[in-house]
Amino acid sequence: MPGILIVASALEGSMGRSSVELTGAARNLAGPLSLPMSAALVGQGRGIGQAVETLQQYGVQTVYRCEHPALTPGQSDAVLAALDLVVTKAQPELVLISADTVGREVAPRLAYRLRAALATEVMSLAVDGRAVMARRQVYGGRAIATLEVTARPAVISVKPRAFDVPQPQPVRGTVEEISLTIDPEALPTRVREAQSERAEVGLDDAQVVVGGGRGVGGPEGFKLLEELAAALGGAVGSSRPPADEGWVPITWQIGQTGKSIRPNLYVAVGISGAAQHVAGVSGSRTIVAINKDPEAPIFSLAHYGIVGDFRQVVPALVAKIKAAKGA
Amino acid sequence: MDTIVCLKQVVDPELPQWDFAIDPATKRQVRMGKPLVISTYDENALELALQLKEKTGGKVTALTLGPQGEVKDAVRLALAMGADEAVVIDDPQSPQRLAADKASVLAAAIKRIGRFDLVLTGCESADWVERAMAPFLAEALGAACVTFISRAESRDGALSVRRTSEEGFQTVDVRLPAVLSVTSDEAIRPRLPKVKDIMAAMRKPVANWTRADLGAEDAGGAKGVEVKDVSIPERTTKVEFLEGEPAEQAEALVARLRALKIL
Ligand SMILES: Cc1cc2nc3c(=O)[nH]c(=O)nc-3n(C[C@H](O)[C@H](O)[C@H](O)COP(=O)(O)OP(=O)(O)OC[C@H]3O[C@@H](n4cnc5c(N)ncnc54)[C@H](O)[C@@H]3O)c2cc1C
Ligand SMILES: Nc1ncnc2c1ncn2[C@@H]1O[C@H](COP(=O)(O)O)[C@@H](O)[C@H]1O
Repeated sequence: MPGILIVASALEGSMGRSSVELTGAARNLAGPLSLPMSAALVGQGRGIGQAVETLQQYGVQTVYRCEHPALTPGQSDAVLAALDLVVTKAQPELVLISADTVGREVAPRLAYRLRAALATEVMSLAVDGRAVMARRQVYGGRAIATLEVTARPAVISVKPRAFDVPQPQPVRGTVEEISLTIDPEALPTRVREAQSERAEVGLDDAQVVVGGGRGVGGPEGFKLLEELAAALGGAVGSSRPPADEGWVPITWQIGQTGKSIRPNLYVAVGISGAAQHVAGVSGSRTIVAINKDPEAPIFSLAHYGIVGDFRQVVPALVAKIKAAKGA
Repeated sequence: MDTIVCLKQVVDPELPQWDFAIDPATKRQVRMGKPLVISTYDENALELALQLKEKTGGKVTALTLGPQGEVKDAVRLALAMGADEAVVIDDPQSPQRLAADKASVLAAAIKRIGRFDLVLTGCESADWVERAMAPFLAEALGAACVTFISRAESRDGALSVRRTSEEGFQTVDVRLPAVLSVTSDEAIRPRLPKVKDIMAAMRKPVANWTRADLGAEDAGGAKGVEVKDVSIPERTTKVEFLEGEPAEQAEALVARLRALKIL
């Protein structure tokens, strides 16, 4: 059935939020283009049955369910093999994939195989006539490009967290089993080991994020930021230099190359506010900047600015927050 | 290990905001008179290639598609850093082209270069950030693909690479030939060439090809995707500076956060 196919991934044994975000992204197109929404559900483990129900809750009419023990985290070659089968069956006009570790490898490869058009890292979607208008950041977030996608099929990769989880829209759907036969040993890439650096409060879903930059000076400085984040009930992130220097895990990096976040509150500490960092935080509801340089570009983005040395400001802030909470 | 590194030349991405403008005719950044550099992560890719060569031997070839008159500095820097030779494909339109279009040309050039074990690209170009080149090239060349890697080690004729993921790192075994995209890491900071390296680079071979030489036809705006508009978003926020001693600033911020119900 030609329509919009989203790629729902349950590689970790259950389906994550990014797949639900894709149903929201697809709704921007499904209505105006009068296209049905289907999903390629790829993965393994017990959570996959639940995933089918979740997808139907969010309006997916046909679920092409492909289970295989090789469909595990990071196993792009296996996912691509599964998608080859699903697209042959579903003949979609549009394929939406989350631009995560696997998605950013798979989306261009699938486009190549389908001779499809490709738009990557998309942050908003609309329709103009028959064309899909996809918007994305370019030039380190300094500009927004609008791509007009007229070709069919087209593959679109969507930046994680760019779309909200939509309101449920339950449908009674059908499930088609897709049977994948691959020999994991024969795949050209194989994930041997995974090393998790996930913090207690994940950056992606935190409502409050404290970001530290080169101005924080080293790992000791980040201890202060962790105290601030704990007082605010949030997570810690960083600009690129602290991640590059190894002061903090690479997973903390926010910005063009790092994560895009949209918390209620973002506190930038010792961060100058380069375009490539701002690219990842400009969607935050409220932004506070703490920087000793009153001319730092971050202040042109922030709602509240504190000019000062973070070594004095942050402990003062922690004390006041604790006092306020105690009161 | 014979490695081909794809280098893109871009306007220095760290120029201040006031120096950034879009040319309405090309719908791309104004390049005229701006300093051009090798795209950030491509230098990391080259550094990784040179380190692999130091361990396993082989040859490093720098490959760039760009307006021939503009790319000289990039090519010279790559050779001075230690690339053995360079291939330049002249294409005055390339700054406007999308990855799908450029990939067919680069793939044709790689096939013409012939022998390779590895092709490296940056994980994303500093300007257009499509993150698509390595997967496209892998398909076009029938090679394995891993993106966003920061380390690579040769192991029994294959590679073990470290890929950045949402959770941290994954160690991935990759068969050769492979196309990998490279991100930054302290271990692959681009080296600074010494004067003698710069002198030696003058004698290294540079091949100049054209798109026509490679039989790559003009896809005229990559297959059904057109850049309709590129605009600079307006920032409307006006900052309120919180004055006083740190304790007063902190007090003022806490009051604001309470009013916003964040606290
Ligand atoms: C292709 C590309 C991709 C990139 N991707 C990213 C990305 O994903 N994320 C990212 O962040 N960057 C990214 N960058 C890098 C970006 O351009 C900047 O170089 C980087 O964001 C600067 O980090 P910073 O603000 O921490 O450091 P700096 O620019 O060095 O700023 C440090 C700040 O700390 C302040 N400071 C110093 N001491 C103190 C103190 N004691 N108290 C208070 N303030 C103090 C200084 O006044 C200064 O403003 C990318 C760049 C390129 C080219
Ligand atoms: N014109 C070009 N010449 C050589 N390599 C390129 C060119 N354009 C892109 N690349 C390579 O593709 C990578 C990813 O670019 P992108 O897909 O635009 O994010 C870059 O980091 C380069 O390694």
